[in-house]
Amino acid sequence: MALKLPHKDVVIIGLGWTGSILANELTDAGLDVIAIERGPWRDTATDFLISYVQDELRYRIQHELFLRPSQISVTFRNNGNQTALPVRSWGAFMLGNGAGGAGVHWNAETWRFLPTDFTLKSHLTQRYGAGFLPQDMTIQDWGITYDQLEPHYDAFEYLCGTSGQAGNLKGAIQTGGNPFEGVRSRPYPTPPMKQGYGHTLFAQAAQELGYKPFPQPSGNLSQSYTNPLGVTLGQCTYCGFCEWFGCANYSKATPQTTVLPVLLRKSNFEARTECEVMRINLDSTGKRATGVTFVDSSGTEFEQPADLVLLCAFQLFNVQLLLMSGIGKLYDPNTGQGQIGRNFSHQTVSGGLGFFDKDKYNFNPFVSAGAIGMCIDEFNGDNFDHGPLGFVGGGYIGQVQTNGRPIETTAVPPDTPAWGPKWKQALRDNYLSTINCGAACHASMYSYRDVYLDLDPTYKDRFGRPLLRMTIDFHDNELKMSAYLTDKYAEILQKMGAKQVVKQPRRGPYDVTAYQTSHLCGGAIMGTNPDNSALNIYLQSWDVPNLFVQGATAFPQNAGYNPTGTVGALAFWSAHAIRTQYLKNPGPLVHA
Amino acid sequence: MRDKKHWPLACVFGTIALCLPLAGADAAGIDSQNFGQVERGHYLTVVGDCAACHTLPGSGHAFAGGRPIETPFGTLFAPNITPDPTTGIGAWTDDEFVNALTKGTGRNGTRLYPAMPYTYYTRLTRDDALAIRSYLNSIPAVDNPVQVDQLPFPFSMRWTLAVWDQLFFTPGTFHPDPNKSAEWNRGAYLAEGPGHCGMCHTPKNFLGADETSQKLQGYALQGWFAPNITDDARRGLGGWSVDDIVAYLKTGHNKTSAATGLMSETLNLSTSKMSDEDLKAIAVYLKDQSAGGNANKTASADPPDQAVMKAGAQIYADECAGCHAADGKGEARLFPSLNGSPVVQQTDPTTILHVVLRGALSVATKPAPTAPAMPQFAWILNDDEVAAVVTYIRNSWGNSAPPVTASQVEKTRQMLLERSD
Repeated sequence: MALKLPHKDVVIIGLGWTGSILANELTDAGLDVIAIERGPWRDTATDFLISYVQDELRYRIQHELFLRPSQISVTFRNNGNQTALPVRSWGAFMLGNGAGGAGVHWNAETWRFLPTDFTLKSHLTQRYGAGFLPQDMTIQDWGITYDQLEPHYDAFEYLCGTSGQAGNLKGAIQTGGNPFEGVRSRPYPTPPMKQGYGHTLFAQAAQELGYKPFPQPSGNLSQSYTNPLGVTLGQCTYCGFCEWFGCANYSKATPQTTVLPVLLRKSNFEARTECEVMRINLDSTGKRATGVTFVDSSGTEFEQPADLVLLCAFQLFNVQLLLMSGIGKLYDPNTGQGQIGRNFSHQTVSGGLGFFDKDKYNFNPFVSAGAIGMCIDEFNGDNFDHGPLGFVGGGYIGQVQTNGRPIETTAVPPDTPAWGPKWKQALRDNYLSTINCGAACHASMYSYRDVYLDLDPTYKDRFGRPLLRMTIDFHDNELKMSAYLTDKYAEILQKMGAKQVVKQPRRGPYDVTAYQTSHLCGGAIMGTNPDNSALNIYLQSWDVPNLFVQGATAFPQNAGYNPTGTVGALAFWSAHAIRTQYLKNPGPLVHA
Repeated sequence: MRDKKHWPLACVFGTIALCLPLAGADAAGIDSQNFGQVERGHYLTVVGDCAACHTLPGSGHAFAGGRPIETPFGTLFAPNITPDPTTGIGAWTDDEFVNALTKGTGRNGTRLYPAMPYTYYTRLTRDDALAIRSYLNSIPAVDNPVQVDQLPFPFSMRWTLAVWDQLFFTPGTFHPDPNKSAEWNRGAYLAEGPGHCGMCHTPKNFLGADETSQKLQGYALQGWFAPNITDDARRGLGGWSVDDIVAYLKTGHNKTSAATGLMSETLNLSTSKMSDEDLKAIAVYLKDQSAGGNANKTASADPPDQAVMKAGAQIYADECAGCHAADGKGEARLFPSLNGSPVVQQTDPTTILHVVLRGALSVATKPAPTAPAMPQFAWILNDDEVAAVVTYIRNSWGNSAPPVTASQVEKTRQMLLERSD
């Protein structure tokens, strides 16, 4: 029997980016908020110590900051004809754990999606005709526009102090910025990062090829910055230990460096760490959440009653908790009915290697940062004519090499032996003069009828709950697009002066063992009505109106950018709707 | 252990008290409906930081006492000063209250331990003392008996305090200096009276009394060194403007420094809640305090060993420069500047060793909520390495302070191991 805790106005499941932002907004609105976080508390000086945080073995190879598969895992298969097996060591994506969530270990690439990304289905249909899209592609419009989200993108960027160069300021195209971006109401809060030699050379070559290169928008700050909450971030030292790592000197935008210091001072906020939510509880009608049940680290079960439940866990676990709580209808890929688990997507990343003459080029690759880089957007979204190409989608292309770390950043030319003195010599010869960028083409993955999430019939977690099952594979559309983008990237490497270029386009089948990105999306998407979505445009559950589901779970498909900027913007958008509409009149904000 | 309050002062043996408090009738002056007076009294309890001792953190009962107070002579427990008639001071007359505050005399002739800063509060005007009383009358009475006297023999003998007072206590209200501005005098009143800055920042003799000849020149207590806050250019506030001091006292941070340690609590409970005018007055007064014979010394007599400096530079580059930068200047509001820092250059290195060995969390305030923290290095640097990097920091970029030895580091390490706070 669960111990029943005192009632709260709001219970938040997961204290990552969205949980922190929502907690701050709703405590500002005067509500009593509790956040329940599965992982430990983490703070900079205690957990991301400058003396040891740059430890590739500990953090990258041994996954120090991540969820342990023994705590909870997922099962994986490429298609419905296979039997899914559990993931026993994370590969294709990484799952954050603890206060700050994935916001701790991200690279901090802070992008906005294109205006046409939000109206994708209608835009593509209008431009190319409905028959142009693959039969089984299930993309759809988001139900909101870029313009609606713009103030909230702005809020997230100013919270983070994002370093970048505006490309479209109030409609005026800005030199040096991304000319394809949507209209932004004001410049980035801080100027772009300084760029390394390899990044600069890429921009020069891209420009010579007629593209318009611009610095990647970065949450590793170019200079110190105090955000609107009064929290100060430091200047990035370009140490090259961002993704997989906590930042030791307060220069990466994370919940720890932007929101949590303010949240912790509030008497109407409480966080419980190392507590795992088992399920969202519903009343007898099944249409109203009464709170959550969670288990602490001693195994004791508690019930936390609340008026409002915010599901702010990672995308996969949002979907899993909905399914375990019996909220919404499970998606059936055969009929297309049901919304929970539907339109699951990931990202299509590809890249390549450029080997340069070691006597002429020294890129000093270890001087880097998670979101450093020069990019072009000519091949993203629908910025280019897909008509003759026979595919849709795209991504940004860039020299976005984040590090020169000793274990993994060890590319050698393809004809080199895999070990021994010749390998060592080749590594010595190439380490400083190689552009090694596995995610140079950061492209979309659109959604398909047969890519989805449901509960595994066989494998269970340590609490006896079924694991979430991923059914996912790349489709021809994405593989074609990836080959096209990778060719474009290789042309730029060639133009930079590489003596040898190795293309690494994305190839099927989807491989869960090798890292791609952690940008999993969808599974409980937002939309205009309960027949096409699990959530309304304010991220409110159609089925349980006092439940809001945050994060990339709501993306109907993934665009050709890193998702966190849009996740943050949606959190502010949803918070605004809760504060200005829901609290005045709790109930459905959109009537189906 | 954050709920323990520490004071440097206490006192010892002597002869029998000769004077007794007057238990007269209440003097006119308190009007429970005079809300201006109540509010002024409230403000003065903030300036006087009364809550630091008289409120047990986390108890939820303001001024109900019970907080342990560490002194070099043992632990005292702060009394209940709520209006409860039996366990608090509700039955006290106003004169008894004023005498306790300004003369160190309790009821029935007992004497207060000078952990209660009556040596400073004596400068309060009677009006201000009554305003404090008026505020304390207005707060909820809490029934909370506190056994104050828990000092070991011979310090348990309160009668000895009369001798201490004879030797070290000069009663008397504040006298403005007609040659100084009104602002200066306001600052002097606050700093030397209710604010009792010297309680931590003035060196003490072996009986725990202020060395008045070295006023505000710094004092080691409770694992820290409360730094010199005279206008000394190197070790004091000489390099800070009045605005820098105000920003520090208001927010805990200014462009070069951040408050931590014992000052964090003072900031939270007291200075951050004071008016800008009063903080400026205090700053003006402190900026006018001469550093005495130690003023503006530029070079240490004992230049550091070059091999030690070289080792220190290497450790600094590896462990410190990521935040404090190669030039030691750090980053405003985030990483304190070591370059020109008075705290770094105090003759007594207790604070810098404390911060390096154990780390430190800077204070969070509403205007500066970030609270950046210094990680601890005790586990990764040995005594020689700490000595080298601290010596390097104390003698680079124009800094100058005596080199630190491995045995000083060892001693501080040991002291910190024994401290639970």
